[in-house]
Amino acid sequence: MGESKKTVREPLFRIVKRDGISMTAKVIIRVVAVLLALIADALFIYFVTGLNPLDVYKVMFQGTFSTSMRFMWAMRDLASLLLIGIALAPAFKMRFWNVGAEGQVLMGALATAAVMVYYGGKVPNALLYIAMLVASLFAGALWGFIPGWFRARFSTNETLFTLMMNYVAIQIVACCVNIWRGQASGLGKLNMKTKAGWFPQIMGHRFMINLIVVLVLVFAMYAYLRYSKHGYEIAVVGESENTARYAGINVGKVIIRTMIISGALCGLTGFLIVGGRDQTISTNTAGGDGFTAIIVAWLAKFNTFYMALISFLLIFLSKGAAEIASAYNLNDFASDIIAGMILFFILGSEFFINYRIHRKHSSKEVR
Amino acid sequence: MDTLIAWILRAIPFGTIIMYGAMGEIITEKSGNLNLGVPGIMYLGGFAGFASAYLYENSVANPNMVFCAALAIVCAFLAAMAGGLIYSFLTISLRANQNVTGLALTTFGMGVANFFGVYILNGSTASQSLVYKTFQTKIPVLSGLGVPGQILFGYGFMVYAAIVLAIVLHVFLNRTRTGLNLRAIGENPATADADGISVTRYKYLATCLGAGISGLGGLYYVLDYNQGIWATTGQIEALGWLAVALVIFTTWKPLNAIWGSYLFGTLYWLYQFLPTLMGFSVPGYVTDLIQMVPYVVTIIVLVVTSLRKKRENQPPASLGLAYFREER
Repeated sequence: MGESKKTVREPLFRIVKRDGISMTAKVIIRVVAVLLALIADALFIYFVTGLNPLDVYKVMFQGTFSTSMRFMWAMRDLASLLLIGIALAPAFKMRFWNVGAEGQVLMGALATAAVMVYYGGKVPNALLYIAMLVASLFAGALWGFIPGWFRARFSTNETLFTLMMNYVAIQIVACCVNIWRGQASGLGKLNMKTKAGWFPQIMGHRFMINLIVVLVLVFAMYAYLRYSKHGYEIAVVGESENTARYAGINVGKVIIRTMIISGALCGLTGFLIVGGRDQTISTNTAGGDGFTAIIVAWLAKFNTFYMALISFLLIFLSKGAAEIASAYNLNDFASDIIAGMILFFILGSEFFINYRIHRKHSSKEVR
Repeated sequence: MDTLIAWILRAIPFGTIIMYGAMGEIITEKSGNLNLGVPGIMYLGGFAGFASAYLYENSVANPNMVFCAALAIVCAFLAAMAGGLIYSFLTISLRANQNVTGLALTTFGMGVANFFGVYILNGSTASQSLVYKTFQTKIPVLSGLGVPGQILFGYGFMVYAAIVLAIVLHVFLNRTRTGLNLRAIGENPATADADGISVTRYKYLATCLGAGISGLGGLYYVLDYNQGIWATTGQIEALGWLAVALVIFTTWKPLNAIWGSYLFGTLYWLYQFLPTLMGFSVPGYVTDLIQMVPYVVTIIVLVVTSLRKKRENQPPASLGLAYFREER
């Protein structure tokens, strides 16, 4: 290595960064990627199980759409995943790798549960809800603030820091669950008798509030990132910290503020999951959504509407895979494989959106 | 005293699992690739090792156990490398984001291992491969020499192989031209490229071989630590993240991985042995808090290294960034 090359080889093809790409081309590339992934998955299903892939996909479709109840459950799970994605968007746009959503959600959920355990039935319900909300926001924000502050102050690597914070949060939750359950084998639903802190049912579903909050936040976060001064500062810091500094933006302040917002929204997700969906807490409350949401936020390029679309795709896949598993006596892990393959294809397709491949001896001159 | 010995006998095998994971990831990260797919890769390695040994044992009348162990190691290494290859192709050739690709690989690897795990066992969720006896063979004679013999020589061969590998990697990264080239790429790929080093080739090789080494951690977990039992659990995922933590703890130096991994092993088993050792009993919830110590220690190391700003302890400067020659 390092010695002079004997012959100068012309590479077979050259890769050039695209200046821009039309919306149609983008959509086509993405659709092709998903289709290729589905074909790859179909081959996988066929070779492993010998089942007809088309039948399998039909069953898969039923996972979400066979009954209205199934659909509502899919929506409920979509709400949690999408909300975490929304929470991560400002951090990622700032190029701050917050991979600690799992922990931030857990801390929010834990704070909510703690308020339910210690104050449920002792204070008026309205006050209880407010206390749960505030506690969850605060807990999530704290879990986001710590790595944010260290990054701003000492440029501590945030990817690794937030990753570790997840496990600290998991152990804290495990500890609290252990205390609260006492001699019982499991924690069960909190405040089973009084139902204090449980969300009221709207149209027969307690998680209806979750859906409403998510819907509002899809628009609010879009506007925040797109039209507010904060959103602009986040974008500049994300593009280049030096540019931001030169433009007079206080980079440290923006980082800390954004991480507090990101963490607080994750905490809010924890609040909604405990109050509206589970009414209990475990180390599995976030259930890996904190990691999946990273993929959602990144693929959507921080656009909350795309996020909704991608979350739906992923939820559809996991529901479908669970359905396949029960219909054909396979196991649930098939969904991880199918989702993993689709993600690989979508990730790979980004390349064709950002770059263009020139053949050898291409007549076009590059700038 | 007995407790202390039992503690060490637990800590060192546990440390060995994450030591393999961490050494592979050190090589990967030295090339500038932050592969968060380590848990998935360890799953792939562990599963492939188990599956090959299990299928071989059940298809041959008189299985040769030495061959079986070798087969398991080779299969584990290759399967894990395949995981690394997916990651390399997406992040190096297609320039996909490393964090996202790594996380997707973790999901994928876990899915593949657990899906096929249930599949080859015809629906049962756990089974045992007998090759673990080969893996657990202690060093003869020496391991019989009382307590020191037990502590120093009472493990399967992969424990010692890990130590040797750490030394080899240390020499490789610090004393060979290839190793120095690799580090140059992790620090500044553009400079390395200008010097005529093939950035792409190095990144591919480092990531795939690193993945292979990480996969051995999964293999060691299943076929030695877990006595050859494959069970559908989330255990390997937690071990994988611990291996990522260990990389930070070692400040990207293979030699530190030796004592660092044993320290992590000791800390991991702290909750079980410390109370007995000190002669008091601890309620279950405190145990949960003690289990968080390895992660807290890692965070402290991460913060301290960023505070002290010693150049040799920093992460590779281009860690996590894709390299595109025309984009400077």
